[in-house]
Amino acid sequence: MSTLAYTVSDTSTMLRRQFKHMLRYPSLTFMLVGMPVVFLLLFVYVFGGTIGDGLGGPTGGREAYLTYLTPGMLLMAIVAAVQGTAISVAMDMTEGIIDRFRTMSIARVSVLTGHVIASVIQSFLCIAVTLGVAVAIGFRPETDAVGWIGLAAVLLLISFGLTWLTVGLGMAAKTVEEASNTPMPLMLLPFFGSAFVPTDSMPTVVQYFAEYQPFTPFIEVVRALLFGNPVDGVDLGLTVAWSLAFALLGYVISKKKFNKR
Amino acid sequence: MNTQKPIAIEARNLTKSYAEKSVLGGIDIAVPEGTIFSLLGPNGAGKTTTVNILTTLIPASGGDAFIHGNHVVGDADAVRKSIGVTGQFAAVDGLLTGRENLHLMGRLHHLGKAETKRRTEDLLERFDLMDAAKRAPATYSGGMKRRLDIAMCLMGDPKVIFLDEPTTGLDPAGRRVVWSIIRELVKGGTTIFLTTQYLEEADELADKIAVLDGGRIVAEGTPEELKRLVPGGHVKLRLHRGDQVAKTVQVLAATVSDTDPLGVQVASDGSIESLRRILDTIDREGIEVDELTVHTPDLDDVFLTLTGHTTNLEAAAAAA
Repeated sequence: MSTLAYTVSDTSTMLRRQFKHMLRYPSLTFMLVGMPVVFLLLFVYVFGGTIGDGLGGPTGGREAYLTYLTPGMLLMAIVAAVQGTAISVAMDMTEGIIDRFRTMSIARVSVLTGHVIASVIQSFLCIAVTLGVAVAIGFRPETDAVGWIGLAAVLLLISFGLTWLTVGLGMAAKTVEEASNTPMPLMLLPFFGSAFVPTDSMPTVVQYFAEYQPFTPFIEVVRALLFGNPVDGVDLGLTVAWSLAFALLGYVISKKKFNKR
Repeated sequence: MNTQKPIAIEARNLTKSYAEKSVLGGIDIAVPEGTIFSLLGPNGAGKTTTVNILTTLIPASGGDAFIHGNHVVGDADAVRKSIGVTGQFAAVDGLLTGRENLHLMGRLHHLGKAETKRRTEDLLERFDLMDAAKRAPATYSGGMKRRLDIAMCLMGDPKVIFLDEPTTGLDPAGRRVVWSIIRELVKGGTTIFLTTQYLEEADELADKIAVLDGGRIVAEGTPEELKRLVPGGHVKLRLHRGDQVAKTVQVLAATVSDTDPLGVQVASDGSIESLRRILDTIDREGIEVDELTVHTPDLDDVFLTLTGHTTNLEAAAAAA
C-alpha cells in the first residue's frame, strides 16, 4: 500500500474507534445536541415575542423571530459540537494508548483526523436535530436544491475549520478541565454577532466588533442560503478565509503538540 | 555465548536532560538478539526515559540508539515496525472491549480481517482473557489489564519488545503469570528489554542486568556476576546478654550492629550448612540468643554496595 492508502486506512480505523467511543459514552453526545435545542426553544418561546416585534419586519412577534434566529442556531449547533471535540481530544491524550500509537508505524495524523471527521459528523448531527426542531415549531426554509447543497457545503467548511481549531485547543490543554474551558469564547461569539439580533441595533463599539468577527459572515451566508437569497460575495469570501485560517491554525498547533510530548 | 548473535538493541553514550537537569548521563547498552536484558533501578533512576528514547517517543539530548541497526530518530518508522511496547501505565483503550482493543491493533498493523481475527482469538486464549473479551478494561483487575496490554503489543508480531515495569502493582500470582509470558516470548526468538525495580525479577528472567542509578549504569553483568559483587547476605542475631557480645564476635567472626548493642551480624549465604554451623557454634559456646533472622541480598544491598546509598524506602520495601 502507498503512504496515502495507509493514511486513509488508519484514519478509518481511528474513526471507527471514535464512533465506538460515542456509542459507549452517549451522554456527551446528548449534552452537545441538547444545548442548541435548548437555546432555540428558550429564545423563541421566552424572549421571542418581544424581540420579534423589535425586528421591524412586517409581521413581528414570535414567528418572525424564529425565522431570524434559526440560521444563527445552526451555527450554535456547530459551536456546541466542537466544545465536545476539545474535551474528547484532551481526554484521549491522557490515555496511555496514545503513547502506544506513537510507538507504532502508523500514519500519525490519523489519530487527529479520526477526531476531526468524527466531530464534523457530530456537528452535522447537531445541525440536523436543531433544524428539525426549528421546522417542527414552525420554521419554513425557502430554498431550492442548489441552495441546500450550498448550505451543506458552507456548514461543512465552517465545522471543519472550527473542529480543527478545537482539536488544537484540546491538544494544547494540560488538563481535561482546561480543555472544557478554552473553547468557551466560541460560544459567546454568536451573541456578539448577528445570530440573535441585527448588529445595527448594537452600540457602536459592539457593532464594530460584530461586523469584523468571523461569526457574522458565517451567519449571514447561512441565512441567505436558507432563504434562497443571493449570497454576499464578501461574506462568502470571509467565511471561506476564516474557516481555512481556523483549520490551518488548529492543524499546526495539533501537529506540533502531538509530535512533542 | 551470546556474543556471536547480532545486536538487537544498541545505545551509545545516550544522554537526556530537561532544562538544566540531567536525567541520563551517557549510557551504553548492547542487547544481543533473542535475549532478555534488564534495566534495574529505583524510581527516578532514568529507566522510563531510556525506554522512551529507545521506542522513539522522545528524542535523546545526545548519543545514538539503534534497533536492529535502524536509528531511533533517523529511521523512526523502521524502528516502530519492529518493536512492541508495554509502558508503565496500561496503554489500552478504556472504552473498547478486550477483543476490540486487539482488533484495533490488528487493523493498525494492516493485518487483514482474517489474520486479525486469528491472532486476536489466539492471544485471548493464550493470555487467559476469553472471559474478559467482551468487557471493557475498566472492569479488569490489574493483572488482566497488564495481560491485555502485553497481548496488544504482540499483535504486530514484534521482534523486539520493551516492557517498562510490567509487574509493578501486580500481586505475586499476577507477577508469575507475566514472568511465564516473558519466558515463552524469548523462547520464540524475541528480544526483550525489561525494566524493573525488583532484583528478584531481573534475577529470574534476565540474561544480563544493568543497574541504573541517577542516570548512569553503575554495574552490568549476568545475575550471578552481580550477586557476587554484593556481599549483602548475613544472619542477624539478637543476644540475650550484653556480656556475651564480645565472645560471639570472636567465635563467629561477627560484627557488632551499629544500631543495636545486643545485635551481631554474621556473614552467610543463607544456606542450611551455613546456618547449621552458626547454630552449632552458639550451642557449643552456650550463647543465649533471643532472635535470629536470615537476610538475603536484595535491591537495597545491590545499591548500598554499588552506589553507597540505598534506594528510596518504598522501593526497598516492595522488593523485600
